[in-house]
Amino acid sequence: MAEEELPGVLILDIGGTHGVLEDLAALLKKHFRLITMKEFLENKKEMSTKIQSVFVFECRPTIDQELLESLPNLKVIGNSGVGVDHLDLKMISNFGVKVTNTPHAVADPTADIGVALMLASARRLVEGCQIAVSPDTKYFAVDWLGVEVTRATLGIIGMGSIGYKVAQRARAFDMRILYHNRNRRRKEEEEAVGARYCEKMADLLQQSDFVMVVVNLTPETRKLIGKKELGLMKPTATLINISRGAVIDQDALVEALQNKVIRAAAVDVTYPEPLPRDHPLLKLNNIIITPHIGTATVQAMRMMAEEAIANILAVLNGQPIPSEVFPK
Amino acid sequence: MEGQELPYVLVDCIGGKHGVYEDHVEFLEKHFRLITMKEYLENKKFLSEKIRAVYMWYHKPVINKELLQSLPNLKIVASSGVGIDHLDLNLLSSYGVKLSNTPFVVSTDSADLGVALMLASSRRLVEGHQMAVSPDTEYFPADWLGAELSGATLGIVGMGTIGYKVAERAKAFEMKILYHNRNQRNKEEESAVGAIYCKKIDDLLHQSDFVLLSVNLTPQTHKLIGKRELELMKPTATLINISRGLVVDQDALVEALQNKVIKAAALDVTYPEPLPRDHPLLKLKNVIITPHIGSATKKTRRLMMENMVESIQAGLTGLPIPNEVSL
Repeated sequence: MAEEELPGVLILDIGGTHGVLEDLAALLKKHFRLITMKEFLENKKEMSTKIQSVFVFECRPTIDQELLESLPNLKVIGNSGVGVDHLDLKMISNFGVKVTNTPHAVADPTADIGVALMLASARRLVEGCQIAVSPDTKYFAVDWLGVEVTRATLGIIGMGSIGYKVAQRARAFDMRILYHNRNRRRKEEEEAVGARYCEKMADLLQQSDFVMVVVNLTPETRKLIGKKELGLMKPTATLINISRGAVIDQDALVEALQNKVIRAAAVDVTYPEPLPRDHPLLKLNNIIITPHIGTATVQAMRMMAEEAIANILAVLNGQPIPSEVFPK
Repeated sequence: MEGQELPYVLVDCIGGKHGVYEDHVEFLEKHFRLITMKEYLENKKFLSEKIRAVYMWYHKPVINKELLQSLPNLKIVASSGVGIDHLDLNLLSSYGVKLSNTPFVVSTDSADLGVALMLASSRRLVEGHQMAVSPDTEYFPADWLGAELSGATLGIVGMGTIGYKVAERAKAFEMKILYHNRNQRNKEEESAVGAIYCKKIDDLLHQSDFVLLSVNLTPQTHKLIGKRELELMKPTATLINISRGLVVDQDALVEALQNKVIKAAALDVTYPEPLPRDHPLLKLKNVIITPHIGSATKKTRRLMMENMVESIQAGLTGLPIPNEVSL
């Protein structure tokens, strides 16, 4: 099929700081005519009717009312990644446009980052690296200690696909696993990872050495972990967040870390990203922050693009859609 | 009433950066009369006959010929940790002194750290944190990527207690596991972790995306990984060392990392520790170094201490010594 006849898909850009990665653009081009925002804005009249889909990569381009109004043939927003908290699902739905995400591609690498953060925090890996290379280091103190991961208690808040994969990994470390979820998992699933259900989140918080938050961001989970929840945690406990920054009350977290209400935190997500350079979280010794790299691997990027492509094609071809997201 | 005197046990010092932990002292003093080196040197005449054991905490006090000669009633040295490469076994044997270490208690922490280093290296965790907190960071670039563990091949060199626990953990990340060891493990052990034996280390080096060293340091494993072995590794591979610095030819490693013969290294151990502050390893972007923290957790160090007490007690009463090292 000639390139011009392929369905038009709008993207922010190819390459550069925020554009779709070149390799992924090549994958998209096999199925779609890619139109960058620049090309669209320069030639709105011609391009606006050609665009049937938007491929949203790392939350860009922003989908607002103005854009939706100018794309009369838009059928689907194909999001790369599983989180859709950056999309106004209701507004998009009102335009008769579908939204899809990529839950399968993100699960393994995100679970891996959760465990990586848990291990790095427990063993004070970042601090340790700093000591090992610091020009001031003359010897390694023998009383410099972290905390154990093996046989410790991990409380998983949000036991969806990602949370369950975290549990599978934690089991290999002989960890005692508690979980809190909207719905209880089946017995076989619980037994396979040795996870015990906590109907009340407070029970999980009180018993866990590591609390890992693996929920999606919705109005119900905004500030799910606040001052009260942090206060319920053990003073020796570590909080790990691989969800969205807004799931945690960040000001309450700062206070809890400063006052040693909890031992430490390790977060792949904050609100906003990046944090302002004068934010108190950046100055604390007992927090590890990674720059939202839960799916920042070569493999994951490719798989997310492939999953998004499959979803977009399904919508455009009127076939069953693998991962459609609906407004509440 | 005059009870039996507690046995006199020599330690280096208490507290501070190198000494016996202050919060271990209560337990130790239930079983022993602790004599610090300082006390010993101030009262050698009286104390030298009384000391029957040495509690060696992180290589101190140093055991040399002079010390052994001046402690005629020394029965046992209990050494913390599993490594014994810092001790002269022949020397101890010649004085009829027994030796114990703490092999099993360190194994889960060491395995955990091995996996922590592998994850941190492949996902560029330390670099990522630096970017997240750097005053110069304005945004997080989209093209900043690491590598996944799932589907990758982990080659474990040294499949003892620690190596096996690394395999158990790596399996959960859906890694393919190869191993090289003096002896092949039995079939059940291999299939429990899905590990494939490589009789020749070369085969393991050729195929692995991550090479993890978990051998003990002996004359046979000294510079086990040198220029030749590094060149056999994939240029996309990462070397992880949780053994001893001397298992790797450090100069060859520097060269290999500088010339991208291998992708990266993550080391909990170097030679010496710490490295001199002008050492090239400290300047390389593709190296993570941790300050020998393989067993550095509160719980494990406490268990270590308790094990050492047990070994000393057995050594002093002529009973079979737990964790004895045969000399």
